[in-house]
Amino acid sequence: MESMNAIITEQIPRLRRYARALTGDRASADDLVQDTLERAWGKLHLWRRGSDMRAWMFSIMHNTFINHIRKNQLVTVSMDDDALEVPTRATQEDFLEMRDLASAIGKLPYEYREVVLLIGLEQMSYEEAAQVLAIPMGTVMSRLSRGRDRLRALMAGESTPALRSVK
Amino acid sequence: MSKQTKPLGEDDLHAYVDGRLDAVRRAEVEVWLLSNPSAAARVAAYRQQNDMMQALFNPVLNEPLPLQMYPQARRRSFMQPLRYAAMVGGMVLSGLIGWSLHGAEKNKQPPMLAMVRQAALAHAVYTPEMQHPVEVGKEQEQHLVKWLSKRLGSTVKPPHLGSVGYELMGGRLLPGNQGPAAQFMYQDARGLRLTLYLSNKPADKGEAAFRYAQEGKIGVFYWIDDGMSYALSGEMEKPDLLRVANAVYQELNH
Repeated sequence: MESMNAIITEQIPRLRRYARALTGDRASADDLVQDTLERAWGKLHLWRRGSDMRAWMFSIMHNTFINHIRKNQLVTVSMDDDALEVPTRATQEDFLEMRDLASAIGKLPYEYREVVLLIGLEQMSYEEAAQVLAIPMGTVMSRLSRGRDRLRALMAGESTPALRSVK
Repeated sequence: MSKQTKPLGEDDLHAYVDGRLDAVRRAEVEVWLLSNPSAAARVAAYRQQNDMMQALFNPVLNEPLPLQMYPQARRRSFMQPLRYAAMVGGMVLSGLIGWSLHGAEKNKQPPMLAMVRQAALAHAVYTPEMQHPVEVGKEQEQHLVKWLSKRLGSTVKPPHLGSVGYELMGGRLLPGNQGPAAQFMYQDARGLRLTLYLSNKPADKGEAAFRYAQEGKIGVFYWIDDGMSYALSGEMEKPDLLRVANAVYQELNH
């Protein structure tokens, strides 16, 4: 059991880093990590020895994250409803806020946010990200592309492309 | 910029940003970017996103882990803290007879509870003391360390808890269940006191869990680490005490 302790504990700093970026605050992030660890411990018998522990833990965190969102433990924007959440006329203050990377990341729909962070922050390969999120590679690539573009727009204090086309 | 004008796909740009292309493809992208300034600007922006993300969140990697994330703490959650609280309460009522009557349960009972009671008792007895709260004051910390280490037979050092607002007052030697024990006392700016009880004879060497018990108004976090048992007692809310317990643990494992 000691070696399993070590293998899991080794992943915690990375899980915390990812969770912090994903949720935007320390308390929610550590809650997410804690719940992920509980689940991982409960499901440890399902882990195949020798397989990639990082990918396994991150996919558990992904499921936990989605669960937290469903249970409204986390307030976040989804791809499906984010058009409603983006301010139509950003004030000067909003511009300043949007220039802040952390807040810009928080404004990304969580589906994009996950892909952008797994690849940009966690430095996963596209295959690994697809595995963790249980989505096809093509979906990873399109979310990455949209996510990065949206992030760029948010950082530049622009309105979203979707809204521009509506106007 | 429409898709048809791109000799290379959008995916190639991202793979370029993420350093996932082979040398040939990378060179092709670089040449193409020279004549496509808007794509080049996007590539630069995406790279900057990655760099900024790393700069912003990498420090999290070096933050000390909260105590409850350690695997040793994990088992605690399966053991249901409420059951412990009930057991401690029951024990206080039924006294030691209760222990022996629970023959079948005995092996499952946390063997450190006796130590916890000693710690809580010592806390209750010495923290209200105005004249002599400690035997050796912090001004003689070196002497305190030397003396207690000698009596307990292994190095005993008071952790410094200034980071969570507690200053060491000093310590004392106490009779423990299985030999000498030590108590360090701390005080915050409002005069609120807490104590750390140490004994180098853990009743059960196998248990390394980090646990919580309540004795009346006194909350106690207790654990075993490196052959030493610890109990941190204080009359405060559990999360506040946990914060200090975290700091103690970090300091001791510094």
